[in-house]
Amino acid sequence: MAGKKPRLAVWKFASCDGCQLSLLDCEDELLAVSGAIDIAYFPEATRGEISGRYDVSLVEGSVTTAHDAKRIKDVRARSRVLITIGACATAGGIQALRNFADVKDYICAVYAHPDYIDTLATSTPISDHVKVDFELRGCPINKKQLVELVSAFIARRRPVVPPHSVCIECKLKGNVCVMVAQGTPCLGPVTHAGCGALCPSYNRGCYGCFGPMETPNTKALSGELARHGMDAKALKRVYGTFNVNAEAFREEMKRHGS
Amino acid sequence: MEADRAKATTSIDKEGLQALLDALAKRGYRVVGPTLREQTIVYDDIKAVEDFPAGWTDEQDGGRYKLVRRSDDALFGYAAGPHSWKKFLFPPIRQLWRATREAGAVKMAPELASTERFAFFGVRACELCAIAIQDRVFMNGALSDPHYRACRENAFLVAVNCGKAGGTCFCVSMNTGPKAESGFDLVLTELVGDGSHLFVVEAGSDKGRDVLAAVPQHAAKPEELKAADAIVAKTAASMGRAMRSDDLHDLLLANLDHPRWDAVAERCMTCANCTMVCPTCFCMTVEDSSDLVGTESSRSRRWDSCFTMDHSYVHGGSVRASAKSRYRQWMTHKLATWIDQFGTSGCVGCGRCITWCPVGIDITEEVAALRSGGPR
Repeated sequence: MAGKKPRLAVWKFASCDGCQLSLLDCEDELLAVSGAIDIAYFPEATRGEISGRYDVSLVEGSVTTAHDAKRIKDVRARSRVLITIGACATAGGIQALRNFADVKDYICAVYAHPDYIDTLATSTPISDHVKVDFELRGCPINKKQLVELVSAFIARRRPVVPPHSVCIECKLKGNVCVMVAQGTPCLGPVTHAGCGALCPSYNRGCYGCFGPMETPNTKALSGELARHGMDAKALKRVYGTFNVNAEAFREEMKRHGS
Repeated sequence: MEADRAKATTSIDKEGLQALLDALAKRGYRVVGPTLREQTIVYDDIKAVEDFPAGWTDEQDGGRYKLVRRSDDALFGYAAGPHSWKKFLFPPIRQLWRATREAGAVKMAPELASTERFAFFGVRACELCAIAIQDRVFMNGALSDPHYRACRENAFLVAVNCGKAGGTCFCVSMNTGPKAESGFDLVLTELVGDGSHLFVVEAGSDKGRDVLAAVPQHAAKPEELKAADAIVAKTAASMGRAMRSDDLHDLLLANLDHPRWDAVAERCMTCANCTMVCPTCFCMTVEDSSDLVGTESSRSRRWDSCFTMDHSYVHGGSVRASAKSRYRQWMTHKLATWIDQFGTSGCVGCGRCITWCPVGIDITEEVAALRSGGPR
């Protein structure tokens, strides 16, 4: 690798830090990462001040405050390539449930002193505010996919992050379909690949952590889930999780009652 | 004729079956066949007769598979399951080459074809046809695939004539079963009942005759041959599905704008399960990887599907963006243009695409709807 090492920054918005931990979890790869890249700003792992421009920014978390709505513009201005990591940054996260309720009710239910809380009524993905160059899915992200993304960035090639269904990952592994063989409700057919079919590999249905796949037919899946015994309340809930604000899941949730 | 057949046909019992497994292992084969896992019958390593799913059968329908107990101890008394032999012959992911950079020079190392020798035990008639179809795809003269060819030419095939038709089976419609006609080294027909448990065995190759010679056996009795024929006839008469197949090429190509494609697109999730479980679907994509420090890279291929957007991606986007166009591509290729391309249908009537479609889309029903003229 000739020339200067690319400068990388990791930014946190409204999130649980789980995706940043996936980066820290790349124990074996971190040495190689730090050899190939200058990790210039990553408060979770290192000390360092915000300074100048970054070749690549990894952004975790959603925008939930007026302050963050302004801050993301500064991050964008400082970044040559901006990549969002995880369901919060990419779809708004679990906290986007507030988008379908009164945020004041939530604040009063959670905080002892609601008057201390200054927040927006919505939780929105980074792409609602600035241009995003790549979105890495998952709640949390898969560390292998993160390493692949960084490796591809360094080699200036297209990352191998296919947007097809989780079903393909099951079949590549030789998993038997839990829905067909056991009647277990599964979001795999409408969910974006990337986790390696984690839950079905342990005989559970997919929870949709990676959000909608490229062309999701949620209506067809809901019909089948209903035949497996799910009522409207259960259907509403199954789409209303980490990726509730991703369009396909949001619209399907709404279809089963508000 | 009948006398010749009797002379060439023998019967073995369960101990003989174990001796057959042992004889294959002794000759260096890795024996794989049907075994119980995750409430289904999958293909995996077989060491002993006890590894077979004794006394189990399956109930299959669109989007439904259920194991149920049989009233006997038959070892092969079920229909095709979620796996096919494709997973060994054309593995889901296969590395093609690696490259390393040392002192400025790049060294390429192609992945050599595996020398592993498989014995596929329990191959059904439809699956023999599926393997023959993939042979035409992967071993087509100059375009021969070295990985497929090595695995295929090393493989020993023990076929089993079907003693039970599954709920989604339609091999009779596709002229691919339920009796194994050719392409095997040995073929068994299981006879179970009245206190006896036998397998009528015929060899289909010199390799087969050689292995069979190592197994304790007796000449098949006329009543055993008769019973074996009756079992196959009974299976043929009890297919779970039927699909008229003589006019499919023209029927499908004359109906590319049929409203039925819109109806099926409403149900289709483009999840690709049908193509993954299909024993003849051969589409693959090629993926590159490189490490963080830029010293190692590799290329592999993995199963792809005409149901993904990337499959038809060209500059500017995917050619087949709608579910309708993707389902139509799959079905017209499988049943019609496959004939133009390879000389036979791409469908063997195993029914896997029906059973393992999460929403139970049924290719036989779709054909019937196209034939009837109107939408459902």
